[in-house]
Amino acid sequence: MSEETNTQSKQSPSGNRLSKVRGLSDRAIAWIFISPTILILLAINIFPLIWTVYLSFTNYRVNRPNKEVEFVGLRNYERILSDSDIWITMQATAHFLIWTIILQVVIGFTLAYLINKKFKGNDLWTTIIVLPMMLSPAVVGNFWTFLYQPQIGLFNYVVGFVSGADPSSFSMIGDVALAPWSIVIVDTWMWTPFVMLICLAGLRSIPDSIYEAAECDRASKWRQFWTITIPMVLPFLMLAVLFRGIENFKMFDLVVQLTGGGPGSITELTSINLKREAFEKWRTGYASAYAVILFVSIFGIASIYVKALNKVKSR
Amino acid sequence: MKSKLMKSVIGIGALAASTLGPSSAQAEDLTLCWAAWDPANALVELSKDFESQSGHNMSFEFVPWPNFADRMLNELNSGGQLCDLMIGDSQWIGGAAENGHYIKMNDFFEKEGIDMADFIPATVTGYSEWPKGTPNYWALPAFGDVVGWTYRKDWFDRPELQAEFKEKHGRALDAPKTLEELKQIAEFFQEREIDGKKVYGASIYTERGSEGITMGVTNALYNYGFQYENPEKPYELEGFVNSEGAVAGLEFYKALYDCCVPPGSSDWYMSENIDAFKSGQVAMQMNFAFIWPGVESDPNVGGGKSGYFPNPAGPGGQFAQLGGQGISVVAYSEKQDAALEYIKWFAQPEVQKKWWESGGYSALSAVVDDPGFASSQPYAQTFLDSMAIVKDFWAEPAYASLLQPMQSRIHNYVIAGQGTAKEALDGMVKDWNEVFEDEGIK
Amino acid sequence: MSFSVTEPSNRQKWISGALVIGYAIITLLPLFWIVATGFKSSPDSIAYPPKVIFEPTVEGYVNLFTTQTRLSQDAISEPRKNLSWYEQLVREKGNTIVGPSRFSERFFNSVIIGFGSTFFAILLGTISAYAFSRFRIPLKDDLLFFILSTRMMPPIAVAIPIFLMFRHLGLNDTHAGMILLYTAVNLSLAVWLINGFIDEIPIEYEEAALIDGYTRFQAFYKVVLPQAATGIASTAIFCLIFAWNEYAFAVLLTSGTAQTAPPFIPTIIGVAGQDWPAVAAGATLFLLPVMIFTIILRKHLLRGITFGAVRK
Repeated sequence: MSEETNTQSKQSPSGNRLSKVRGLSDRAIAWIFISPTILILLAINIFPLIWTVYLSFTNYRVNRPNKEVEFVGLRNYERILSDSDIWITMQATAHFLIWTIILQVVIGFTLAYLINKKFKGNDLWTTIIVLPMMLSPAVVGNFWTFLYQPQIGLFNYVVGFVSGADPSSFSMIGDVALAPWSIVIVDTWMWTPFVMLICLAGLRSIPDSIYEAAECDRASKWRQFWTITIPMVLPFLMLAVLFRGIENFKMFDLVVQLTGGGPGSITELTSINLKREAFEKWRTGYASAYAVILFVSIFGIASIYVKALNKVKSR
Repeated sequence: MKSKLMKSVIGIGALAASTLGPSSAQAEDLTLCWAAWDPANALVELSKDFESQSGHNMSFEFVPWPNFADRMLNELNSGGQLCDLMIGDSQWIGGAAENGHYIKMNDFFEKEGIDMADFIPATVTGYSEWPKGTPNYWALPAFGDVVGWTYRKDWFDRPELQAEFKEKHGRALDAPKTLEELKQIAEFFQEREIDGKKVYGASIYTERGSEGITMGVTNALYNYGFQYENPEKPYELEGFVNSEGAVAGLEFYKALYDCCVPPGSSDWYMSENIDAFKSGQVAMQMNFAFIWPGVESDPNVGGGKSGYFPNPAGPGGQFAQLGGQGISVVAYSEKQDAALEYIKWFAQPEVQKKWWESGGYSALSAVVDDPGFASSQPYAQTFLDSMAIVKDFWAEPAYASLLQPMQSRIHNYVIAGQGTAKEALDGMVKDWNEVFEDEGIK
Repeated sequence: MSFSVTEPSNRQKWISGALVIGYAIITLLPLFWIVATGFKSSPDSIAYPPKVIFEPTVEGYVNLFTTQTRLSQDAISEPRKNLSWYEQLVREKGNTIVGPSRFSERFFNSVIIGFGSTFFAILLGTISAYAFSRFRIPLKDDLLFFILSTRMMPPIAVAIPIFLMFRHLGLNDTHAGMILLYTAVNLSLAVWLINGFIDEIPIEYEEAALIDGYTRFQAFYKVVLPQAATGIASTAIFCLIFAWNEYAFAVLLTSGTAQTAPPFIPTIIGVAGQDWPAVAAGATLFLLPVMIFTIILRKHLLRGITFGAVRK
């Protein structure tokens, strides 16, 4: 026991001085400390993932326990990739993703830039802006359906008040043209603060000395903004985009409560579509293949993006 | 230690009780699952009699309609033991029977002398039988329900409106006999000022997430000639689901949506329609009959201000979408005997009579055939007329897979305005055929 | 304050302050509306134009906590005395209370599952983070990346096998199942955040303690933990908020026994028709703790958000 402790502690980063530690060896402690985490993650994340992959090659259905499970090879994948409806949901997801990211980056960065002017009481107002992102998307999304109601809803009323339009003349979640924007607006309301905070961290990481040096060189404020502020904040911004991108690719709760995918399938994002296949139609095998495709695309896009991000960072 | 002792005492007590009499088993906590709506709350009141008679304790799990099927089918498919008794929707019966979620009731009915011939035939077929048309029973018809219409009688009766309508359409402003007439009336009221408030023609089912728009559009489809399958050749869809009549029916529903509904009613089901009607927004509303007791007692629209009529006829006949549920015993329950006791209690004619009086639509013929029934409530006759013309959605085990494409195709056409009616129905044929292929039926 | 070229002018401060406050007020409007609607009567809640000034009532809260049914005509005419104030309130609307609603149960479920999963995520996360920070672990970076990557998975994508697994193990609709699940989801975040906090603590403190004859456990417990306490606490708040707000798994895996509040609140309906004041009352009670937490603990929380993201 003591021998083992000795050999172990030599390898440990804390070095030789600690060789007389009593009790378990460091290696034993390390594994005792880490293994529960790894085990739980294997059981709840990795094992299910492998199972999903397995199921994706079968015609298994959860709601038909008495039916024999057959291997169907790649048929589930073929059906998904050739299904035009799924491309429609992909488009809906893309519209949602692109616009939420654009709006959140623009508004979030602007807010961070303004807050960084360090006016009095800025931290309290920052906190107030952050409130929506702390709240339950399902509960808040549900309430937004009320705000969006023509006539009686606050949103329509305010828009009507500002623009002069009749508040009952448009319906955010009922109209084909407006529904995709209704989810973009709520998501932007909720998650702009996240982008803002990360930008703020970026802005605050820029040392004053750089601006001072630029000032000495008589660079204009405008030039300073484009040559110092933006490039220095860019890695942070890209990170924020990555996080929002992943989150919104997975988007489920908010939109389910807001539009439920309607009207028609206009706002049926992939996660909602997948939930319908898996837990309403109970096409388990098919839905598993769908899940695998989704997962692979998130991972693929994310890793390409991370490579780009690292390039920007190292520049 | 103490609790262990208590348990064994209870155990011995129960043993003694069970040897003494077959029905006086130990007191159980029974959970009944149903949708969260008016009739369910009435059932809670009614069940207090059962609790005092049997000594069992009743708990309830009520889920609102938009989530009801999702939650409860999930519960059944996960083999959950939450519900001992399930008042499940009519369309679940096939799946619940074939997958063994419900226990079969034939022996129990026979033993207790409960005869399905005593119930309204449409409810027995709709809520209890699987396969349809065979004497295999999986539920006791519990709540008869059907889509019908409610209208603002007080508005219809206004002389100035009567006169204006007569001049325009050459007939009295009254409950419509045909769907075409219904649309004319709805157009007549659309955006009209009544008592200084802008009102709209009709609120109809448009809900996307669960089953709403399907339960609505079928009332138009059936009456224009839509059929689920070839009556001669089961599961043959082509030419029946997308027949010319069906296309006309779907176009009618879209026309009604385009001309005559309140703004923002793109995702409405039962509760939104009630709201619109009660707040005086609409002249007519489509809704299941369960709401009628509530309309009658409403301070704004009740007490004779509202009238009721069955779904009007179309060129293809007169039908109405069946709603309603049977009560079943869940196979995963460990308290099946007590649950059956509840059903036995519920099936008694006196209880059924009381059920009707407290706002539940009894499916027992003895109750509805009573000479006093039709005049007992202003809507009683309409209920009877409607129950005589019912048709139901697929009750196949794959019902959920069949419902989903219908929801999205219909909503896409009617609400989102994409494509044509023919394309929507052709798409439905394609989707449904795929489902049946997956099921190995075709 | 000494002059600095980077210090914004007063005019700049004033303008940016006004813009930010303006945005904050717009952001607050929907939240204000939730709270206000909770105190409206049913007709006021759907009035046109929307009512900003109204007579407050607790009707919504009474409806939230009770199940009601309509009184029959006979019962309405029959006078009853000795009603409590809330029974009176309900009776005035022509309804009667038949029992408590499920709201308090669901709320309590959220509390149990939220705190339970946070406890385990923090416990396991802290010891793992400590190990990652202080010991030489083979493939450390890969393991850490693996831990983080589990968070990228769409919940719906792993929901199917988890549903099957839970069904098999009888964990569907149980508190234990949900605690296990949320622990797993939160664990990755907890390890990452706490690992960062522990890395910041100079290793010399522990070395000194070890030389003084402390065991590893003692050193961890008496030296590292107190130093990392604020970081761990803010991580705990994050885990708690996540578990508190989670919807997708809750809606799929819970039902009558272990259902949490998020899937429940949107399904609150009245005796007939949607009861917005009751929904708003439920939402208020559910959201308010998080809002208060956020404002009180803003320093730690805001740091935690950026820290978790930026560190990578």
